Amino acid sequence: MGIVTPGFTGRRRDEAPDLPPGQYLTHDFPVLSAGPTPGVDRDRWSLEVVTETGDRSQWSWPELMALPRETVTVDLHCVTRWSKLGTSWTGVSLDTLLADVETTADYALVHSYGGYTTNLPLADLLDGQAWVAFEYEHDELDPEHGGPARLLVPHLYLWKSAKWVRGITLTVDDEPGFWESVGYHNYGDPWREQRYWDE
Amino acid sequence: MPWRVGTVRAVHDETPTARTLVLEVPDWSGHVAGQHVDIRLTAPDGYSATRSYSVASAAGPSATVEVTVDRVPDGEVSPFLTEVLPVGGAVELRGPLGGWFVWRPDGAAVVQLVGGGSGVVPLMSMLRTHAAASAETPMRLLLSVRDPAALFYADELAALTREGGHRGLTVVWTREAPAGADRPPGRVDAALLAAATIPAADRPTCFVCGPNGFVEAAAAMLVAAGHAAARIRTERFGPTGGSRR
Repeated sequence: MGIVTPGFTGRRRDEAPDLPPGQYLTHDFPVLSAGPTPGVDRDRWSLEVVTETGDRSQWSWPELMALPRETVTVDLHCVTRWSKLGTSWTGVSLDTLLADVETTADYALVHSYGGYTTNLPLADLLDGQAWVAFEYEHDELDPEHGGPARLLVPHLYLWKSAKWVRGITLTVDDEPGFWESVGYHNYGDPWREQRYWDE
Repeated sequence: MPWRVGTVRAVHDETPTARTLVLEVPDWSGHVAGQHVDIRLTAPDGYSATRSYSVASAAGPSATVEVTVDRVPDGEVSPFLTEVLPVGGAVELRGPLGGWFVWRPDGAAVVQLVGGGSGVVPLMSMLRTHAAASAETPMRLLLSVRDPAALFYADELAALTREGGHRGLTVVWTREAPAGADRPPGRVDAALLAAATIPAADRPTCFVCGPNGFVEAAAAMLVAAGHAAARIRTERFGPTGGSRR
């Protein structure tokens, strides 16, 4: 516990749900992006998975739409301390996308339109933990929130859920992504409050 | 990264809702312009709340760090910081944090700053740092503000951007302009952006900070004006659509 700040009481605790440490509840959907929102045309959109041996799998937008989709309700935790609970997303599970991809890689580097990258262990993309999502609350995903499609990995801080996803490179060695290179934690588990490098 | 105790040595009210806190922090190592700090408040029963605030003061070694906090209606932390915390009071603080939305005076790059409302705070740190370093590379600020009463740092901004210097300022008033303003109230548009910012041909690094809706629009206009997306760095607050919450 920190030093007490005289006069500070904070919000009523009985309104506070069970959140990861250091998070507060918001009902908005804040936007955090490091640069301009890229305009991504569905006609030219593609998603590519490249393995450690250079094997490529690619999906066009119609091909993605033809895959089995799931609608999930998940909680979002942003490293800037807001959490948003019970959000509904529709997308294709990474288990589906990676089902026929042969790999012994342990890591994934996710690439976005606009140049953003983020890294995570491949295991965190599997077993019903991650989706390429294209609907939010049953509507087309807004570009500011990553449309036409973003990665959704809700058990990690939201910067891992790369907006405007266009590719995933599977690698033997872990390579830090964009925020991971400038001070943010390599893994980013909100329940262990892994915000920055030294945590 | 350790939590430190920051003691309020002075406060300056910037607007009716925004206050600058001058915090003395033992062993403070200084910051890079554009970085932020986390401030943590703890209630007697152990409940704590933490928020991030951009540093407003100039970069470099200093015994104090200044943040300007704009009061968020129904906020949990900002009303305390702007209305309750007295001079001599203390908060916990850690940082500096952030390695992307930062500017160092050692670079040769020309810099265009674009701010909306309280988004001026990290940009003010860049201007102050530019002045303290006597940097001679051009740095311009295009600032969108609701009305004269909502302008932070008015006198100092004017002094830092005197004509004929290396720093420039254009203020755009969205609701109400002061007497003698160059143009009627209105939002930043493409024509104004072109007239008041460093041209894309000069390849400025652009720092855009403000409510999300403002940043979204300004960044898109910069791209349309020919600025490479890779040279536009954004920092946003608030939800889609840009209303400050």
